[in-house]
Amino acid sequence: MRKVSLDKLDLLFSAISGAGTLYIPVDTEAGSKYEKWESGKTLSNALNTVRSAKDFFFPQTENLMDFKMEGKSIEVIDTRSECEDFVIFGVRACDVKSFEVLDRVFLADPVDSYYKNRRDHAVIVSMACTKPRETCFCGTFGIDAANPDGDVVCYKTDDMLYMDAKTEKGAKLLEKLASVTEESDDTAVNEQKKVIAERLAKLPLAELSAEAFGSGKTSVFFDAPEWKELSESCLGCGTCTFVCPTCQCYDIKDFNTGHGVKRFRCWDSCMYSEFTKMSAGQPRLTQLERFRQRFMHKLVYYPTNNDGLFSCVGCGRCLEKCPIQMNIVKVMKKLGGSIK
Amino acid sequence: MQINDYKPLIVAFCCNWCSYAGADLAGNNRLNYPADVKIIRVPCSCRVNPMFILRAFQRGADGVIICGCHPGDCHYTSGNYYTRRRMALLFSMLDYLGIERERTRVEWVSAAEGAKFAATMNDFAEKVASLGENKRLEDLRCKK
Amino acid sequence: MQEIKREILISKASEMLNSGAVDRVLGWKKGEFDYDITPAIFRTADELEKEFVWNDFCGANFSKYLVKETGKSENKILVFLKPCDTYSFNQLLTEHRFDREKVYAVGVSCDGMLDAGRIKAAADGISAVHEDGDKVIVDTLYDGSLTLDRTAVLPDRCVNCKSKKHVAYDELLGSDGDVIDSARFDEVEKIEKMTPDERFAFWQNELSRCIRCNACRDVCPACTCEKCVFDNPNSGVENKAAANSFEEKMFHVIRAFHVAGRCTDCGECSRVCPQHIPLHLLNRKFIKDIDNFYGEYQAGAEVGSCAPIVNYTTEDLEPGEAVERGDGNA
Repeated sequence: MRKVSLDKLDLLFSAISGAGTLYIPVDTEAGSKYEKWESGKTLSNALNTVRSAKDFFFPQTENLMDFKMEGKSIEVIDTRSECEDFVIFGVRACDVKSFEVLDRVFLADPVDSYYKNRRDHAVIVSMACTKPRETCFCGTFGIDAANPDGDVVCYKTDDMLYMDAKTEKGAKLLEKLASVTEESDDTAVNEQKKVIAERLAKLPLAELSAEAFGSGKTSVFFDAPEWKELSESCLGCGTCTFVCPTCQCYDIKDFNTGHGVKRFRCWDSCMYSEFTKMSAGQPRLTQLERFRQRFMHKLVYYPTNNDGLFSCVGCGRCLEKCPIQMNIVKVMKKLGGSIK
Repeated sequence: MQINDYKPLIVAFCCNWCSYAGADLAGNNRLNYPADVKIIRVPCSCRVNPMFILRAFQRGADGVIICGCHPGDCHYTSGNYYTRRRMALLFSMLDYLGIERERTRVEWVSAAEGAKFAATMNDFAEKVASLGENKRLEDLRCKK
Repeated sequence: MQEIKREILISKASEMLNSGAVDRVLGWKKGEFDYDITPAIFRTADELEKEFVWNDFCGANFSKYLVKETGKSENKILVFLKPCDTYSFNQLLTEHRFDREKVYAVGVSCDGMLDAGRIKAAADGISAVHEDGDKVIVDTLYDGSLTLDRTAVLPDRCVNCKSKKHVAYDELLGSDGDVIDSARFDEVEKIEKMTPDERFAFWQNELSRCIRCNACRDVCPACTCEKCVFDNPNSGVENKAAANSFEEKMFHVIRAFHVAGRCTDCGECSRVCPQHIPLHLLNRKFIKDIDNFYGEYQAGAEVGSCAPIVNYTTEDLEPGEAVERGDGNA
């Protein structure tokens, strides 16, 4: 375990930048967001960023390839380029878990080369949550905010930052930081883990259980009458999808530049009325069906296809950002009681 | 005399009945105006949707001008009155966003005003050229 | 603190449900925490008693839900409308978006709604929020109890409330108020007075945060198109990619233009934006310009009023002149 004093963070970040581009959460007038570190930028104290860290591996918009037409011939131009090494600092336990959820989708055969390229070049430096919020419920899905995954795990006390390598990649990074960090024992960290555990237990959503949901429960919930009430005020806007760290639906379209075509991939939302519209029409014609699909995917379909792993990580962003305050907690609480 | 090579791309929406005829007249009289003015003929100036203007900028235009019949003389009686209101609000909004106001214009040109058409295009192209390339409303994907 | 109490609203709604005069009530439903109120449909007096709320977090405007709801049943639906909501109600009626006969509108006087975002930003975790006169008491998870000034946590649309007058109702709970000569164009004027470079930098900064979630469009009562131009891949302007700043400008400028003259300035767009983009400043610019160029016009003040953008006079000002006048430095 290594440690560095909080007033030397700038030196630490400078050293990390030597190992690759560094991104840290920074406060802006619209909340915390990941920005490329430059000298002078300070680490945000906010609990989490507004946009999740999935942006690094699965960006909102991505050019897949270009086409150039000359007469009757079409040239396909591969626009992929090797990603540079980069470090994401301050990722919370929930967002780190979301990478596992996304990996199972994008790194399954056939491997998404765009995603893999970025994933391979990233070093994740996670941060334990000293002050979880009322909207946090990562514990419901088996995530421990006091023990996040990641290549390096950090703990912040009032005056120190402790860093513990969990993987080989993490150990290599810590080696590069030897000159700006000191050796440390784990007393302070163990203390903090206890405090965090106590705080997590006191959260309003600490008792929320996902037991009723999971693998194989489609027939239990699909026809539940509660969907009507839950979906009736949903606007179908897609905000939940875009702030969610695990949502992974995308659309592929062609853009006519006037002198060629760019084929791009962009985020899509199953809440949209045009989602997966085919020549036979849209498969889910009502907002109820689309609403149900999203939550069933998170709580039932994904676990069924992925050894019981839930596709929600309890980050609480949908609780913060839904324009009409509907969210997965309300869905779970309403449906949790209707087990046959 | 052009000292530099930069010629602005101008898109001119011209209504069929007055300003397009005015453009024809300018041509008949061999009155010069820049070749980089691309005319798009519309039945009436009120056919021009604000999205067309933004799309023109997206696809590389440096200036967009809408030409129509003089107010009171619209071939469809009142189309250009709507154009006037619509473009007044749109141009004011674009100015509010910090887009250079000389990049957009509305000009009323009748079928008999070939000279005015040419003079307007020359003046507009000159003003846009002095602003340089459109950077604030550009879409990098559309750049060659 | 709302002067009108929850019990009065429930009592009215229950009475009408029980008598069969209406079969649904559009109201606000209790959430997990004090501040996350969901718009919901109540069908029984029991549901109302258990879950209906009326407090300082009931910012949602229900007018838009009427478009779908009135189509679902032959029976009437009761809807609670704050003064600003009544303008959207009238505007939707002017556009024939729903059948007036199928709605029983209950006006509710409003003392301003709190901005949950500002309250949450004040603390690292909240367990409860309640009001005490002109103060807001926040029970936090780690820092004890915080007392905030109510005015500091009001959203802009309530600080610069434009009207306490209900312009549409079948029945009114509480007292009717007046149209207010508010300072709602002050922020717009501030931006107008900046130089073009400053304005461009300001909007570039704000709009670059847009994640194209479409919450603003979907909550807006003026955006009721069955098929939005931005959802239509055949329109050529779909811009789903959110690829660059052009697409953000295209979406927001065009959306503001599409609602120009129909926007009632209800403030919902800014309330729901997850990235806190001050969208109302775009819509208010159009409203200010319309007032300035074509005479004062408030969308939704009367049913059937003609929207300025589909109207004209032979003496309207030229676009070039409009830009000069629209510039705060003129």
